[in-house]
Amino acid sequence: MAEGRFQVRRRAGVRLWLSAAWLILLVIVALFAPYIAPKDPLEQDLFSGRLPPFWVHGADASFVLGTDSLGRDVLSRIIFGTRIALGVAVVSASVTCIIGAALGLLAGFYRGWVDVLVSRFIDIWMAFPPVLFSILLIAVIGPGLFSIILAIVVIDWTRFARVIRAEAMAQGAMDYVASARVAGRGRFGILLREILPNVLPIIVVLLTLEMGIAVIVEAILSFVNLSISTDDPTWGGMISEGRTSIHQAWWVLVFPLITLFLTVLSFSQLGEGLKDRFDPVLR
Amino acid sequence: MSFLEVRNLSARVKGGGPLLRDVSLTVEVGEVRGLVGESGAGKSMIGKAVLGILPKAVEITGGQIVLDGTDLLTLPPAARRVKVGASCALIPQDPLTALNPSRRIGVQITDRLVDILGWTRQRAEDRALALLTEVQITDPARVLRQYPHELSGGMRQRILIASAFAAEPKLIVADEPTTALDVTVQKQILKLIAALQARHGTALLFVTHDLGVVSKVCQNLSVLYAGKVVEDSTVADFFGAPKHPYSAALLAATPKYTDPSAGLQPVPDAVIAAVRAEVEHG
Amino acid sequence: MALLQTLLLRMITTAVTLLGVAVIVFFVIRVVPGNPIAMMLPPGATAEDIATLTAIYGLDKSIPQQFLIWAGGVLQGDFGTSITLKQPVLALVLGRLPATLELSVLALGMAILIGGAAALTGTRLRETRVEGGIDIAQGVALSVPDFLWGLVLILVFGVLVPVFQISGRVTPSLQLPFVTDFYLVESVVRLRFDLTLDLLSHMLLPALALAIPLAAIIGQLLKQSLKETMHLDYVTLARTQGYSEAKVIWSQALPNAILPTLTLVGVQFTFLIGGTVIIERLFSYEGLGNMAIDAVINRDLPLIQGIVILFAVIFTGVNLLVDLTYAALNPRLRHG
Repeated sequence: MAEGRFQVRRRAGVRLWLSAAWLILLVIVALFAPYIAPKDPLEQDLFSGRLPPFWVHGADASFVLGTDSLGRDVLSRIIFGTRIALGVAVVSASVTCIIGAALGLLAGFYRGWVDVLVSRFIDIWMAFPPVLFSILLIAVIGPGLFSIILAIVVIDWTRFARVIRAEAMAQGAMDYVASARVAGRGRFGILLREILPNVLPIIVVLLTLEMGIAVIVEAILSFVNLSISTDDPTWGGMISEGRTSIHQAWWVLVFPLITLFLTVLSFSQLGEGLKDRFDPVLR
Repeated sequence: MSFLEVRNLSARVKGGGPLLRDVSLTVEVGEVRGLVGESGAGKSMIGKAVLGILPKAVEITGGQIVLDGTDLLTLPPAARRVKVGASCALIPQDPLTALNPSRRIGVQITDRLVDILGWTRQRAEDRALALLTEVQITDPARVLRQYPHELSGGMRQRILIASAFAAEPKLIVADEPTTALDVTVQKQILKLIAALQARHGTALLFVTHDLGVVSKVCQNLSVLYAGKVVEDSTVADFFGAPKHPYSAALLAATPKYTDPSAGLQPVPDAVIAAVRAEVEHG
Repeated sequence: MALLQTLLLRMITTAVTLLGVAVIVFFVIRVVPGNPIAMMLPPGATAEDIATLTAIYGLDKSIPQQFLIWAGGVLQGDFGTSITLKQPVLALVLGRLPATLELSVLALGMAILIGGAAALTGTRLRETRVEGGIDIAQGVALSVPDFLWGLVLILVFGVLVPVFQISGRVTPSLQLPFVTDFYLVESVVRLRFDLTLDLLSHMLLPALALAIPLAAIIGQLLKQSLKETMHLDYVTLARTQGYSEAKVIWSQALPNAILPTLTLVGVQFTFLIGGTVIIERLFSYEGLGNMAIDAVINRDLPLIQGIVILFAVIFTGVNLLVDLTYAALNPRLRHG
């Protein structure tokens, strides 16, 4: 039995490290995109449109993963797309996390009317299909990167608020909170010094998962043309173009799809892996 | 003729230490045999091994379980299931968890009579009604339509007993059937089991840690310590003059049902050490 | 009695939630972007048009009054007129709803089938390699959203092994004898199985894309409850009665293990319906979601508003239905 548990933990460890490795690679690629990318991602060349990747007959080896219908280098566009994907993920997930966690903590710890208000809002939010909600918002405020980030924040704060509220409530009922209160610490002090550190692991897990969600939301909105202009390299935009030319140039769809797939999988696996690590029952 | 014969049965936790060491015991047709031991001695494991419900982590490493002339351990699983299902029954320990909370009492008694034994629905229902009357449940027709959570623990144990006798099994394994009940109910349930056993002539393997219970319902008993049978005798002999020092010590540690005021003697450490050495090396 | 109370309470919270949704939709569309009339009219409308509409919609009145006028219209089915399609929003939306419902229900059925089979197989073969394999597959299925599964399915079954259709709802050249918009249901009712097959070959991949993550969730939760149930005494008792392992899982463990899963399926089904928006787009399937995205791209606010409200009604309706089913199935609540 002990052996089995060890195996499970080791498998979880491999999962964690593989995900982390892929995400670190993406961060490096995003930071040094101009030095890594072999071509200019925006440069069009109609004479070399729809060139296949290097191993296929008829390829131009300088376009490693081929070109799209406008002759733009697929690899370079994926590399520059990493910047947008990760940028949106980090910014939107962080803002979502701060707002959602703050509301969840306040509602779960102070209870009373704050809790009633926050819980009611969460219920109403749950009645909206998230994708539709984001589309509604973007229809009103107009497309663009800022709109995407705003949409993610407005829609997903409940993910944090719901979980953190429940956790803050559970922690608030624990004896160490009571003894801190007996020791004369103020309510806000307890929230900050006693509750928050205990809720922090969950916040980190949720933040990681949220980044994966943000990446996919950005890709979806780029796919339906509601992100930044179609010239700018985004994974979703490339996939959208690849979807229409799927029978003529599969590589325009396949490579950004693989990148996106691995990224979303990594964020999710990293989050789940961290959850297992942090969970004292599993430890 | 022995209806159940366990021969040299050994079992262990997979990758761990032994649970049963070379256990042999028999239950004659119509006999009531007590299986006594401390918790962890392996007494429940024997009942489970006979019925084929050992936990997945436990494996049998040797021996035979001969039921009505057939070694169960050599049968393919499906045949074994059918054979055991048709001739044996279990009275479980905890009546609160042994009934399916989402199904009515009636179908829980009748379903297997229909599914496994091929009775008609009508015959099974008549049987259930008669049995509930036999275990002294008032308004049995109503109880058959109720859900478990609507009934008390004592009522549920009566139902489980009725269900165990439903198909006239040859052998019933009663796994500490009164431990989970409160004391006043315990007595009634014991009486009920004894009365039904006598009327139906069913052999009974009565697993318990309570020697008082054994003296009331059993004819013979096997004493188990650390997975090994250390004494096998009639109830009269055992309570008169236990042969094994552990048995004697166990008896001294049991409140006298005849004389509750007599002092209790805990099992002496020296006896435990001696028995442990005997079991592990003998 | 308890059932009736639950029912009433849920009705009230549902109504409150819907009211909240209405308020939010109203404010997002009317208040945030400035002049709503300008958004409701196509570019190049005259000042006269604007004045007429302002009067019709009562925009010269206070905000609460405006809301009442608007909500009153909505309650009577007046969602306004689509800017781009020049038809009443209600008719447009109701015309597309059946396509989305058929897709969602098909996806739900597939998810339950796949997830249920995985859970039952995993429980039957627990602590074997098969269970480990199922667990890993479910982990991956869960980590990746329907949008990506849709793309993967398009690549595999649309391009690599082109056995299914990857766009549209039905082959356009076919003559359709239908009077309702429930094509799939009607084709079965009319015994036109050639059409049923054509419809299914279009719906299978989008439905599967929607079903994969939900199947994984169902599979995980159901297996967990099943395994917990398998240790309980009444299950052990059934084993001693001669029931086979498969039969014990099916008829003893499953009825008790299914309740938590059922609740979850309800909540997740609403997510699945939400997912149809992008999946319909991906597969060019002519449902509500596809229409919603067109409406956004064309900034057709009345149409967007109608679709969002309809989706919200479906969401809360499904949630209500799940809660009531739960109450009806749980004997403890029923006889509380």
